[in-house]
Amino acid sequence: MIGNWLDIGPVDQIAPGNARTLPVRGGAEIAVFHTLDGNFYALVNACPHKQGPLSQGIVHGTVVTCPLHNWNISLKTGEALGDDKGCVPTIPLKVDAGRIYLLREAVVGRRAA
Amino acid sequence: MNAPMSFEGAARPAGTRERLVVIGNGMAGCRAVEEILARDPARYAVTIFGAEPRVNYNRIMLSPVLAGEKTFDDIVINTAAWYQDNGIALVAGDPVVAIDREKQVVIAQSGRSEPYDRLLIATGSDPFIIPVPGHDLAGVVTFRDLDDVERMLAAAEKGAPDGGKGRAVVIGGGLLGLEAAHGLSLRGMQVTVVHLMPTLMERQLDEAAGWLLKAELERRGQTILTGGDTGEILGEGGHVTAVRLKDGRELPADIVVMAVGIRPATGLAKAAGLDVERGILVDDHMVTSDPAVLAVGECVQHRGACYGLVAPLWDMCRALADHATGAPSGYAGSVTSTKLKVSGIDLFSAGDFSGGDGAEDIVMRDAARGVYKRVVVKENRLVGAVLYGDTADGSWYFDLLKKGEDISDIREALIFGQAFASGGALADPNAAVAALSDDAEICGCNGVSKGAIVQTIREGACSLDAVRSQCKASASCGSCTGLVESLLALTLGDDVQSGPKSVCKCTSFTHDDVRRLIVEKELRAIPQILQELHWTTPDGCASCRPALNYYLLCAWPGEYEDDQKSRFVNERMHANIQKDGTYSVVPRMWGGITSPKDLRAIADVVEKYDAPMVKVTGGQRLDIFGIRKEDLPAVWADLNAAGMVSGHAYGKSLRTVKTCVGSEWCRFGTQDSTGLGVKIERMTWGSWMPHKFKIAVSGCPRNCAEATIKDFGVVCVDSGYELHVGGNGGIKVRATDLLCKVATEAEAMDVCAAFIQLYREQAHYLERTAPWIERVGLDHVKAGLFDTPDAVTRLAARFRHSQQFMQDDPWAKRAAGEDAELHQHLAEVRPLEFVS
Repeated sequence: MIGNWLDIGPVDQIAPGNARTLPVRGGAEIAVFHTLDGNFYALVNACPHKQGPLSQGIVHGTVVTCPLHNWNISLKTGEALGDDKGCVPTIPLKVDAGRIYLLREAVVGRRAA
Repeated sequence: MNAPMSFEGAARPAGTRERLVVIGNGMAGCRAVEEILARDPARYAVTIFGAEPRVNYNRIMLSPVLAGEKTFDDIVINTAAWYQDNGIALVAGDPVVAIDREKQVVIAQSGRSEPYDRLLIATGSDPFIIPVPGHDLAGVVTFRDLDDVERMLAAAEKGAPDGGKGRAVVIGGGLLGLEAAHGLSLRGMQVTVVHLMPTLMERQLDEAAGWLLKAELERRGQTILTGGDTGEILGEGGHVTAVRLKDGRELPADIVVMAVGIRPATGLAKAAGLDVERGILVDDHMVTSDPAVLAVGECVQHRGACYGLVAPLWDMCRALADHATGAPSGYAGSVTSTKLKVSGIDLFSAGDFSGGDGAEDIVMRDAARGVYKRVVVKENRLVGAVLYGDTADGSWYFDLLKKGEDISDIREALIFGQAFASGGALADPNAAVAALSDDAEICGCNGVSKGAIVQTIREGACSLDAVRSQCKASASCGSCTGLVESLLALTLGDDVQSGPKSVCKCTSFTHDDVRRLIVEKELRAIPQILQELHWTTPDGCASCRPALNYYLLCAWPGEYEDDQKSRFVNERMHANIQKDGTYSVVPRMWGGITSPKDLRAIADVVEKYDAPMVKVTGGQRLDIFGIRKEDLPAVWADLNAAGMVSGHAYGKSLRTVKTCVGSEWCRFGTQDSTGLGVKIERMTWGSWMPHKFKIAVSGCPRNCAEATIKDFGVVCVDSGYELHVGGNGGIKVRATDLLCKVATEAEAMDVCAAFIQLYREQAHYLERTAPWIERVGLDHVKAGLFDTPDAVTRLAARFRHSQQFMQDDPWAKRAAGEDAELHQHLAEVRPLEFVS
């Protein structure tokens, strides 16, 4: 089981209300979010609208507001909220003993062809 | 070393019973035995091994013992008589050191071995010790058992070396740490809590409740350092003397309590070859990978979850006993709730309150009573609750949550609690308000009764705003806004007029209300505003957070600490984000004047960082495009080295002062417009505003600097300076209004500073000067500046005061390493085929 999870380091690397990025060689960059509630989520770092870097948006509740055109994206499902339509892939994430893990297949499987 | 003590039970007929050996004389181990005895008292011959030399006590009540509210005897669960009466052999103070699964024998520290038919592991958990230098000094304790409590009491008794109050540093602001801090503080120690995260008890509380808790603990005299990272524990002669944080702060300490978390105690199980991940793996019947070995409590991992609270233990013990007595039922995991055992602080949290899709937050805040309640509803079911200040309904919410009952019938009244929601007809809030008597007080701040409000509405006040201005109800703290709205709806039906626009969907307050109340009530932090002004969301949204951050910055210059996470990306990154996620960088060029040195530095940056484009902007600056966020600090360092600072082309702030060449070169120039432009830019740069702010100075009425479409424009004439305000280009071009004419540069500078400050203090966030002036009228602006003789002087003085905290180049700080994590990736993933 452990082999399927990619350890990306301790939780305190990301302050609550912030996000950090994880570039993937040959794949899509990932944004890892820490909400003010203390939860962690990971999405592909590209808004479904015009690929804005979601990692740079304002985080409120479990929503991030895209910095380019203010689309609200759910951190839980990657879906655009409100009247906007679109979805960005989510990456399964778990926190264990103070470290953040991402599901390996979801990280490296998202490679550009 | 504790000497082993034996409480041997009564003699029992040998060979007739299965032998059950329990490792762990704590709450889980003993409870499991109790549950088994209750089902089948004759089935097992029980032997319990405990590491502590005492009978089983209620570990979660150690906090009241520390606080002096209870004694050890009060918290004993199983007395020596209980072991005796039930024929249980207790081996206390002789911990088990090995399990031989092949021979089915456990071996204790003294060498004693005990054979078993069934083994139950209930070793609980170990406190986690941060491995910082000095963690093993005398005086560094955990908070896990009675010995720890006794060490803390001794330290409190002893006091500081100089005879003063003893000083305690508690590392960890979670449940356990705060209870330890509370106890030590009641025992007369001066307590500092160091917590790594920005919010206390962040796993149980949201930001709002965490803020209330911190404020209350500080009021009680504790020092709470959130965001504090312990670097080292200092000592002298082997005993602790201080804690040093990574930022260099040193906290003197006579005792240090480490309460940063617990880990399942799995050492024995692991050594015996049982399957262990984070905890000992068990199935729904608490059976480990060896069918003869059971495990229960904080040491186990069940369906991926480890628990550190007491309630799940009871559920596990029931399932275990059912299985061990041949009537298996199965444990399905627990929903947990948390209560802080600090007297006088009511705090409750349960379930999942992380919100999210399909989940709806219902928030109620009562600032006067210090109450914050939040329930989270998903698919008509309650999934989470956080209560602070009034936890009377905690158990009711927890019950609804565990049962997963459909709450659609009581949804509207859910947040008001059980008494209200169960009141049948009263479940409709309007009906509840209708049922109030006429003399019931609605607005506590201004003492307005229901009758008086209804009277005001009947006399023609048909909006919230009209009610507020005519009878003052809901005009102060606003906590009765919902009730007043209900009265409007009840009295007028559909004829209620909606009031001015609120800041956002999180509140019914307008921008003006919020700005006024920040000053009146001296609100100094975003969570405090959200609480005092009854925000309906736990942590605001992308609209209100930046607005509140600006309003606080404007109201409390030099005191308010800017909240980076409430800033739009450009202001957080000090550069302009572009459509491809890269940034553009605009160095400041005072008045639009540049030099060979500046130009060389810019050219070097363009080449060094391979910027695909460099462009002259409309504001007379050079814009370098295509810089990656990782490279920004290095780019800034290079520009700083040439003497250039941030151009703030990215901010709701002073952008540029555009100038023409003026009297120095131009044959038409009447005054030194370039010189004045440079002076104005030196005065105004770095100031945060409600929106972007552009200035221009033209040397003659030909107006080559286009001063009449700027927020503040100066047009020089022979006799002095015409000052224009409220212009902008953009979608809807607006030419400026003439504000006044002055004779000297000094006067022009003063009026400029005063006008900016009036705009900063009065406009709504994201309102440029043009719509602001259209909304309030030019006369209002003129009155604010000129009706009282010294208004300009006072406004300008406030602006200059604020500027002394703002004119600090943000690029230089970033180039020196501040907030480095904003520019760095966490890591880079390189799948195997990309590794060369």
